[in-house]
Amino acid sequence: MTDLTNLGVKAIRDGVASGDFTAREVAEAFNANVAAAAELNAFIVTTPDHALAAADAADAKRAKGEDLGAMGGVPIGMKDLFATNGVQTTAASHILEGFTPHYESTVSQNLWDAGAGMLGKLNLDQFAMGSSNETSYFGNVASPWRKEGTNAPMSPGGSSGGSSSAVSARLAPAATGTDTGGSIRQPAAFTGICGIKPTYGRCSRWGVVAFASSLDQAGPMARSVEDCAIMLGAMAGFDPKDATSLKADVPDWEAGLSADLSGKKVGIPREYRMEGTDQAILDSWEQGKEWLRDAGAEIVDISLPHTKYALPAYYIIAPAEASSNLARYDGVRYGLRDLPDGAGLQDMYAETRAAGFGDEVKRRILIGTYVLSAGFYDAYYNQAQKVRALVARDFDQAWAECDLILAPTTPTASFPLESLNEDPLTMYLNDVFAVPASLAGLPAMSVPATLNPDGLPLGLQLVGKAFDEQSVLNAGLAIQQRAGFHHAPEKWW
Amino acid sequence: MSVDKQTVAKIAGLARIKMGDEELERMVPELNNILEWVEQLGEVDTSDVEPMSAVIENSLRLREDEIDADPKTAGGRRDDVLANAPAAEHGFFGVPKVIE
Repeated sequence: MTDLTNLGVKAIRDGVASGDFTAREVAEAFNANVAAAAELNAFIVTTPDHALAAADAADAKRAKGEDLGAMGGVPIGMKDLFATNGVQTTAASHILEGFTPHYESTVSQNLWDAGAGMLGKLNLDQFAMGSSNETSYFGNVASPWRKEGTNAPMSPGGSSGGSSSAVSARLAPAATGTDTGGSIRQPAAFTGICGIKPTYGRCSRWGVVAFASSLDQAGPMARSVEDCAIMLGAMAGFDPKDATSLKADVPDWEAGLSADLSGKKVGIPREYRMEGTDQAILDSWEQGKEWLRDAGAEIVDISLPHTKYALPAYYIIAPAEASSNLARYDGVRYGLRDLPDGAGLQDMYAETRAAGFGDEVKRRILIGTYVLSAGFYDAYYNQAQKVRALVARDFDQAWAECDLILAPTTPTASFPLESLNEDPLTMYLNDVFAVPASLAGLPAMSVPATLNPDGLPLGLQLVGKAFDEQSVLNAGLAIQQRAGFHHAPEKWW
Repeated sequence: MSVDKQTVAKIAGLARIKMGDEELERMVPELNNILEWVEQLGEVDTSDVEPMSAVIENSLRLREDEIDADPKTAGGRRDDVLANAPAAEHGFFGVPKVIE
């Protein structure tokens, strides 16, 4: 029998439905891979019993001839930012260590309702703040990929680095991610997998630990465009419990997949040709244009003039929202409490937060508190919100000339762990191509394109109009079919 | 604009994060690097722009005026709400004595 852990979402779902193998066999195979991959540190907790129970439920349904659901019999990894009933949920922070929700996030509930099971809770950058998975309280996540000829552990990207590492290493066929400023797309690009951030509001934020609420958006990470389409369909949908949830029908993205791009115009933003971008990435961008042209698309040059300002605006807006959202960690209602003898309430807050938050989280809370403080609000926060409006306007104007945008996902390939953490700014630049779509709330996807000369994966990014995930997925499919990216990391863990 | 140690101490106080001298000193250049870098936003002419408040056009909904419409967010779940509290007592959140 073929190795079941090489199969993706669609192959597993269809194989279980047609009786080629049982869901239990699938869950057992992935549970075994998870248990044998402790060196990657991709999971904070594993939940093999959850995966087995969901598998048994799928097998029982099949025996009765019932419909198995869009994700029937598929075990997945759950980023530890989603609240899961009865299973520790930490956002990779000490301040939430031991927190066991008594409720289930809407997105995870939607996935269980569609027949999926959970292999475990995936590691991430603390509170999703980071681009390398080095800020987790539970340790760095290693990418399964290595630079040719070296053994140095590489970054799986961040913040959804546990997700990217697990999916790439065949510990899970797919995983949830969340994207605030590139946290699905950048790790997907670093590990040679696909990941899509849908239009802001498609996936409910209810039960997702909040980082920057106007930007946070959940999405799937998997090894093919089809698998992303299936899983996004299962995750998305209107939720009255999230005030910014979109009251819009969820299209059948899987059924709508087509790699024929005839009549589509794909814009190439000239401002994305930035200094410091690897030559191999520029080459893959050229190749991407050829692939899309071959699929019938017309390539047009466009301009997004405020691109340069998107990242600094993001690094005001996201910390500002974070400083407000993270005010809830006070040692009173859940999570850590640090109460020295004789301390009062205010001391307890300050001690708890000092002990519970990591350095990067503290840095961003301080920046956020500063830019929102009296006297600086207009100069920083308001100006950033105005620049955000201009970044969004750039996209609106671009849609007069094109239907989609093609760009690199990241300016470089993955880097060795601990090689960039001296300087937060250099780390932030990793998301320079990802952040503009986040600020504008647009659907955006990374698909693997090729390997660079060091043998590391590179991704291409597609950005679409609001609500038009279908065009993004279709162009992703066109690239997938032409790129023929079938590389897998060589097992060393 | 740049921050000095005293300003960082004030912000940390506002954010309720205790920081010792050494940590405050380490934060000063880190925050200043970031603040210097975001200063470039001042170059952008935003005189005719409203600050963005909603990224996707979406109107705020009103829900039906119905008690406990969704059991997940309804009342009557005191024990669930308190289950993760570090010090729940007598059905309340326990905190150190507050006397002002």
